Amino acid sequence: MNTQTNIPEDMELVYGFPEALTEVSTHYCPGCTHGVVHRLVAEVIDELGIRGTTIGVAPVGCAVLAYNYFNVDFVEAAHGRAPAMATGLKRVNPDKVVFTYQGDGDLAAIGTAEIIHAATRGELITTVFINNAIYGMTGGQMAPTTLPGMITTSTPTGRDPILAGYPVKMTELLAQIAGSAYITRQMAADVPSILKAKRAIKRAFLTQMHGLGFACVEVLSTCPTNWNMDPWKAMEWVKETLAPAYPLGDYKMTDEVKALEVR
Amino acid sequence: MVKELLKGNVAFAEAALRYGLEAYFGYPITPQSEALEHLSGRMLEEGRVFLQAESELGAINMVYGAACSGVRVMTSTSGPGFSLMEEGLSYIAGSEIPVVVVNMMRGGPGLGNIQPSQGDYFLMTKTAGHGDFRPIVLAPASVQEIIDMMGLAFDLAEKYRTLVLIAGDGAIGQMMESAELPPMQPVRKERPAWAVTGAQDRDMNLITSLYLNPDRLEEVNWRLQAKLAVIRENEVRCKEYETADADLLLVAYGTVGRICLSVMREARAQGLKVGLLRPQTLWPFPEKRLLELAGQVRGMLVVEMSAGQMLEDVERAVRGKTPVQFYGRLGGIVPLVDEVAAALRKLDEETSQEK
Repeated sequence: MNTQTNIPEDMELVYGFPEALTEVSTHYCPGCTHGVVHRLVAEVIDELGIRGTTIGVAPVGCAVLAYNYFNVDFVEAAHGRAPAMATGLKRVNPDKVVFTYQGDGDLAAIGTAEIIHAATRGELITTVFINNAIYGMTGGQMAPTTLPGMITTSTPTGRDPILAGYPVKMTELLAQIAGSAYITRQMAADVPSILKAKRAIKRAFLTQMHGLGFACVEVLSTCPTNWNMDPWKAMEWVKETLAPAYPLGDYKMTDEVKALEVR
Repeated sequence: MVKELLKGNVAFAEAALRYGLEAYFGYPITPQSEALEHLSGRMLEEGRVFLQAESELGAINMVYGAACSGVRVMTSTSGPGFSLMEEGLSYIAGSEIPVVVVNMMRGGPGLGNIQPSQGDYFLMTKTAGHGDFRPIVLAPASVQEIIDMMGLAFDLAEKYRTLVLIAGDGAIGQMMESAELPPMQPVRKERPAWAVTGAQDRDMNLITSLYLNPDRLEEVNWRLQAKLAVIRENEVRCKEYETADADLLLVAYGTVGRICLSVMREARAQGLKVGLLRPQTLWPFPEKRLLELAGQVRGMLVVEMSAGQMLEDVERAVRGKTPVQFYGRLGGIVPLVDEVAAALRKLDEETSQEK
């Protein structure tokens, strides 16, 4: 948290602008939860005191410009390759904290091999995985996580699994992998779920910092623009439609991860 | 130091390590896997980073990540793997970070075979990825030369913050020769100011190849081109043999360059004034020197293990000032001295009649 703020001596700073965020407006659409999750990651970085030792890897997709919003060292990966880049960064900087921030197209389609093998190696990196079941930046095409029947600009009559396959559940897949230490699915759809997602992100960073293995936090998120919904309805849709299809919860948590104190 | 009998792939891998290689990421592919095998043990012995990736895509992006931290890092591969790495190479070029990649060319296209080839000349010198960029491309012709070029490759990559490729062929990788390795260098302790290492007590560093504003991207591109112009001016390297009085010139690189040296010596013994120019940098290409020689010789014979790729650069360089003929073998066939000698006699006869 920004400690530069002048606070009277008899008062305590309980809320402020995170030091790990830059003070600029984001390009995200109204009602999009990228901004919310960015803030959660930044608060976690501040609370863990790792702003000066953290390296972020940005994806291709709506969060391609994430590095404009985080006040930490950043690199921009090719589409889907963030876990490979993060691997290279972490292996030559084992004392640093390396995280990737990826969307569903990036992580669950073009970058499937990279994320699976990063997990397989138990790579000591943290992945924040935004799943809003659609390609946002390219204009609302089908994502690997698009639900059956969902209308997108590349499934105009709704996703037909016979033609276009079934949604892929990455969290369930990653949880099967021996190198994974902490694999969880959260959502950013209301205050309680957002606070819970923050604790999960903090646990995922701590998993890396304690050298316990690969950690990934999937966050079910909104895309009001490409879902053709207003922000409120989009939040409701996450809870009512997306979360039942992608059940929330911790899918893998080793005993060491469980023992981590997350405040 | 003493000379040792070394296999090309092992030699360049050990040389890279001794030139301070801090991390190697790779994926096995014939005919260069011995490099990866060698480093799998040696890098760990020296307390450095080795990792076998899940694919060449994974490997090049691991290299990209590590290079963003300003460490000496490399990978090595062969044709099909190089194709996969092109995505990463373009990002690396766009980000202007130093990276070294060895390509031990094999027969293509497609899966082709695992015999020596020079069919990736276009790929390495002209189309190593999307967008406007050129890597520096070094072409060794012996085990000793690839050892020496590893040091040069890292120095050039870091001097210009650019991509340096080493265009070997299966023969260079697989053959054993006596050669001398460099003394052991430790890895560099300090990281360059631009590197991504955690923003402790400084502003954040960013490494990206994304510039959404076209004015800004054009500016970046012009700056890149200006850097390439400096490289083009200063980093051309080639080796000349008996060119001073040559009437005919052989032009060949790598393994074929060595074969042509034998061809040249035989022809000289028979009284034919033949010279050889062997480019050691394929980009930048020794075009000025070739143009000079075009004014001196009756004709040039370009010899390659391809259908004529460097040939186009030679033709472009000499601007029609001298006849340029070509002899090539494809599919992993290494040309024999006699075959090249026959092509040279043909050039001699045809250009004698002209004069």
